[in-house]
Amino acid sequence: MKFVDEYRDKDAATRMAAAIAQVTTRPWTIMEICGGQTHAIVKYGIDQLLPGAITLVHGPGCPVCVTPVELIDKALEIAALPDVIFCSFGDMLRVPGTHRDLLAVKANGGDVRIVYAPLDAIKLAQRHPGKQIVFFAVGFETTAPATALAVLQASQMNITNFSLLVAHVCVPPAMEAILAGPHNQVQGFLAAGHVCTVMGYTEYETLAQCYQTPIIVTGFEPLDILHGVYLCVKQLEEGRATVENQYARAVRRAGSRDAQRLITEVFEVTHRQWRGLGTIADSGLGLRERYAGFDAERRFGAAAPGATTAAECISALVLQGIKKPQACPAFGKRCTPEQPLGAPMVSTEGACAAYYRYRRPPDSRATLQKTNP
Amino acid sequence: MCLAIPGKILSITDEDDALLRTARVSFGGIVKEISLAGVPEAKLDDHVIVHAGFALARLDEQEAQRVFTTLREMEEPSR
Ligand code: SF4
Repeated sequence: MKFVDEYRDKDAATRMAAAIAQVTTRPWTIMEICGGQTHAIVKYGIDQLLPGAITLVHGPGCPVCVTPVELIDKALEIAALPDVIFCSFGDMLRVPGTHRDLLAVKANGGDVRIVYAPLDAIKLAQRHPGKQIVFFAVGFETTAPATALAVLQASQMNITNFSLLVAHVCVPPAMEAILAGPHNQVQGFLAAGHVCTVMGYTEYETLAQCYQTPIIVTGFEPLDILHGVYLCVKQLEEGRATVENQYARAVRRAGSRDAQRLITEVFEVTHRQWRGLGTIADSGLGLRERYAGFDAERRFGAAAPGATTAAECISALVLQGIKKPQACPAFGKRCTPEQPLGAPMVSTEGACAAYYRYRRPPDSRATLQKTNP
Repeated sequence: MCLAIPGKILSITDEDDALLRTARVSFGGIVKEISLAGVPEAKLDDHVIVHAGFALARLDEQEAQRVFTTLREMEEPSR
């Protein structure tokens, strides 16, 4: 596929890795924010192509993984109601709440459906006027415009049997929380390219300067990630800390004004709780008062605080890049993708699931393809 | 979650309201209807990067080559 295959070329990846080795003189720790990048790194063994001095740590960039248990419990409660069709991205179905998951609700007769796009939920609402359609709005700034568009269309078309259980989170406040944390080890960031297609990267310029940390806006293919690491190491070695855009084929400095306009029309910035990280100020999106009629928590009652994750699960440390999944005593034993104890084992973008899938047994990794030059 | 994949615009619906504008986009042969509300400037045959049924950005052909150019430039001095 165009814009995909050429960035998986093995020869180019090896050459980029050699270029990284050439500029590296000291150990550096770099965090990739986005779970999609974590997945690609582990899948293609990109970390193993890097010089030993470079450590990649995995960030909290998996919206599924950071959705708090309270909201999952609320989703389970709503999904079990008669006359509700509960719509969600597929990743959310196995995320454990306090007692069960959406798949269990579905097995017990709940009408739980996987949708590809928030707009699909609008179509369901039109097709089933006698039902309440609830969409589990999980995601970063990448997903927020699609959700906002669904709300705007529902509002324009006077669709009243549609609502959202909102769990939208924003990336820069989480990056700042990590940088400001007492145990921070991160010296450079690979910022999530797709979030930046929407938001641009001006917010990161302040972060890079304040914390003297290079931030490279990076794409998702193996060669993108290696190029991102190269630019980051180069800055670190030269003592610079600026924002660079590796993913310029998709990202402009100001992002997409049209997508941003959709978000700000429908949502306002709120405090949000992140599973594993606690509450981060101004790190989420909530519906504006004029669209409050579409808020599932108003319609079905607010999520109750106080839910807990399995005691064994160290996902809080995994999500901050402090520990790797294999350091968890439950990893691969009591916690597997079939029987997950924590969200990072569920989502394909969760670090635990990526390690489970590609690092056990060690030879099960996908390899970079040889493509025609 | 934030997985977004590039696809090529095959056709665009005639729609005055930018919010309702959609396109048929091919992802290596799989065709889906995608909202163009975020990329009003997108044209036929453009490649767009799509997430959750929503086109996030147009892909820039020239910039797409940059990583390969950089790679060659980096290697030149050592040759
Ligand atoms: S392996 Fe399972 S229990 Fe351990 S941190 Fe990951 S999700 Fe939690």
